[in-house]
Amino acid sequence: MVPEDLRYTPEHEWVRMEGDRARVGITKFAADRLTDIVYVELPEVGRTVRFMEPFGVIESVKAASDLYSPLTGRVVAVNERLRDAPELVSQDPYGEGWMILIEPADLSELERLLDAEAYRRHIGES
Amino acid sequence: MGEDRLARTPLYTYHLRLGARMVAFAGWELPLHYQGIVAEHRAVRTSCGVFDVSHMSTFWVLGSKALESLDRLLANDPRRLVDGQAFYTPLCNEAGGLVDDLVVLRFAVDRFLVVGNAARREADLAWLRLHAAAEVVDATEALALLAVQGPRSERILQPLVETSLSGLRRYRFVPHTLVAGRPATVSRTGYTGEDGFELLLPGEQAVPVWEALLEAGAVPCGLGARDTLRLEAGYLLYGQDADETTTPMEAGLRRAVKLEGRAFIGAQALRRQLETGMRRTLCGLVLEGRTIARRGCPILKDGAPVGTVTSGTWGPWVERSIALGYLPPEHSQPGSSVVVEVRERPVQAEVAALPFYRRG
Repeated sequence: MVPEDLRYTPEHEWVRMEGDRARVGITKFAADRLTDIVYVELPEVGRTVRFMEPFGVIESVKAASDLYSPLTGRVVAVNERLRDAPELVSQDPYGEGWMILIEPADLSELERLLDAEAYRRHIGES
Repeated sequence: MGEDRLARTPLYTYHLRLGARMVAFAGWELPLHYQGIVAEHRAVRTSCGVFDVSHMSTFWVLGSKALESLDRLLANDPRRLVDGQAFYTPLCNEAGGLVDDLVVLRFAVDRFLVVGNAARREADLAWLRLHAAAEVVDATEALALLAVQGPRSERILQPLVETSLSGLRRYRFVPHTLVAGRPATVSRTGYTGEDGFELLLPGEQAVPVWEALLEAGAVPCGLGARDTLRLEAGYLLYGQDADETTTPMEAGLRRAVKLEGRAFIGAQALRRQLETGMRRTLCGLVLEGRTIARRGCPILKDGAPVGTVTSGTWGPWVERSIALGYLPPEHSQPGSSVVVEVRERPVQAEVAALPFYRRG
């Protein structure tokens, strides 16, 4: 449920370092809580996102929720497939349901995020 | 409602056992969904779903003054009802504003059941007692209400019911029959835009009837799907799309208002409004793309605010972003293009004729 190799925000985003870039999505816990995801609003490539500030919005049938960036940096790619297939977020939250790829500006921010164990505690799973 | 303990329907523990996600609604703790809103919505459009709507308030209006009291209270005309018939009706204040919207069932000339919105229980009861010469009895706690909705409803329900349902027309009901061997009233009514029935039964009978319905193939559905279904069907939700400041004319309920030769509370104000015209009417909106308009979003025309969204959702069956909102008459024509501001960003939208969905 909570992969060991990722870092997490208390707002249920995950971040995975891939070389000098960071891939961002939301956790399975968050995707399950939202259910019926119908729309993901993502930033444009090139935009700067900031540590723990909203970078987008995820809409379920019931409500809209902000997406928080786990790191400060420049967006170098967004998952275009979510435009037509937002259900990928529920189906594969740590894989094909990823949201943005960032060029991080300050890797020390990683230390301020939760590791898998802390996140598990945060969602009451340990 | 605040910190008060939430009320529970007789099926509360059953919902938990089915793994429902529970939610607070109008002072009640109710299932939001079991498997998911979209799946439940589809079950009702294609097959049959069952909803626990026991939170709805129910009031008996009893005695020899029942009919004349309701004639004084209801915007629809209770004198048109026969035994075993129900109708939808606005309940208005003196200014013509909506106190609530109701379904009223005539069991006998001296015995009517009024079904209202849970959030308006106290207000309805106070209003009915203030203006009815008849006895008004709050039956909300005693009665359970189950809605069996969808094209397969009759096929699923019929084997459980003593009486034949095939000849039961919309807004007719069979009083005091048996469902799964339990006493119940079965009415051909609903809030989903599909064929379906509502079962009214003593609270202590709710569990066995619910179980029998699930065994017969009805899919348990929660408030989430109830809301998306009613929005596709273009039905308003009191408290969201209408309140005491909106008249039935503005809320698109003109057909449920019978003014001719009547003197119900609010009739004069409504007549006056028909003469002078309305400043706003409830309209359907279809937004471009997948952004969803939520309650409170401004509606703009040529950059200027002209109205407000009152409800919005993704329509799981129509697969469009749909909403209801108030617009002045000059912008309310279907096809008229407007802009809905969602999170401070403009989204193109078109005024659409209601309902968004009509069963085939």
